[in-house]
Amino acid sequence: MAFHPQDAEHHEHIIPTKVYYAIFAALMVLTVITVAVAWVDLGFLNIIVALGVAVFKASLVVLYFMHVRYASRLTWVVVGSGFFWLLILLTITLSDYLTRGWMPAPPLVH
Amino acid sequence: MPEAAVTHHGGHAIPRLQHHFDTMAQQKEAATLGMWVFLVTEILFFGGMFCAYMIYRMWHYDGFVAASRELDLALGAVNTAVLIGSSLTVALGVHAAQTGKQRQLVWMLVATLVLGVTFLVIKYFEYSSKLELHEAHHAAAMIRLFPAAGWFEVTGELAPLASGIRLFMVLYFAMTGMHAIHMIIGIGILAVILWMAIKGEFTPQWYAPVEIFGLYWHFVDIVWIFLFPLLYLVNRHG
Repeated sequence: MAFHPQDAEHHEHIIPTKVYYAIFAALMVLTVITVAVAWVDLGFLNIIVALGVAVFKASLVVLYFMHVRYASRLTWVVVGSGFFWLLILLTITLSDYLTRGWMPAPPLVH
Repeated sequence: MPEAAVTHHGGHAIPRLQHHFDTMAQQKEAATLGMWVFLVTEILFFGGMFCAYMIYRMWHYDGFVAASRELDLALGAVNTAVLIGSSLTVALGVHAAQTGKQRQLVWMLVATLVLGVTFLVIKYFEYSSKLELHEAHHAAAMIRLFPAAGWFEVTGELAPLASGIRLFMVLYFAMTGMHAIHMIIGIGILAVILWMAIKGEFTPQWYAPVEIFGLYWHFVDIVWIFLFPLLYLVNRHG
């Protein structure tokens, strides 16, 4: 594939500053929401809501502040694989620890 | 100045273009991608600690609740705002570099430096208050961190939860400590970037170091976005 120096400008995507201010405002509002919700007893849902808000905030940072939304597909694959591997780490480990004691253990055979 | 910045088409040299790249865009793409590969390893590095936190929280739920309520929510919330603010100033700094606004770039980097140091100063006060003899506010119970004999001594009403409280405190110091080390390294890199910006080395054609530093800084912000709810928030209700 031929690259030409004059193409350089075409690859550049400059996000307008008002987008950055909007993302900043959204992150601050979400921080206030997550602090407020922490005081409401939702049972096991508290941690789900807290992590859900955190994942949403992190996504905003990755997509806009870190420009991934406008990045190449190769960057998408690398970023996606990172989070996918994190998911593997968490789900496979927790699928063990969370499910212990769900079923009675069979008696030990000597 | 990189030498051999001659294009394959022969003729004029492009400043800052390394000879093994065809274009500035390709060079920047490679730099960004390389940084992301590093950040993926960082995601999994912190991920291991988050995984440990999840498991021990399940095993020692009551101890984690008691210990988490000893943290200063106000300081944690202020630090969250400080870090999000610093991410904004970095993003605006990168924008200034892209559009060739020299002065604005320098001021945004200075603002980031101030906010980063503010975060660490608040963290210092939080740590030092935790390290002193600490009286739990709701009971005649004591959590002593690093007392003369034995670490993380828990006495009084909270004594039955001692192992959970100890584990929470170990994870709190390990996770926020690793995060703080990343902040300190980030501030060191920022100082270099700021120096280069003051010398006027960045142009709209070449500002990759600003962009790469920005990726690192935002990543450290993301780690805190998860640390704050898990350590300070999820055990508050009830």
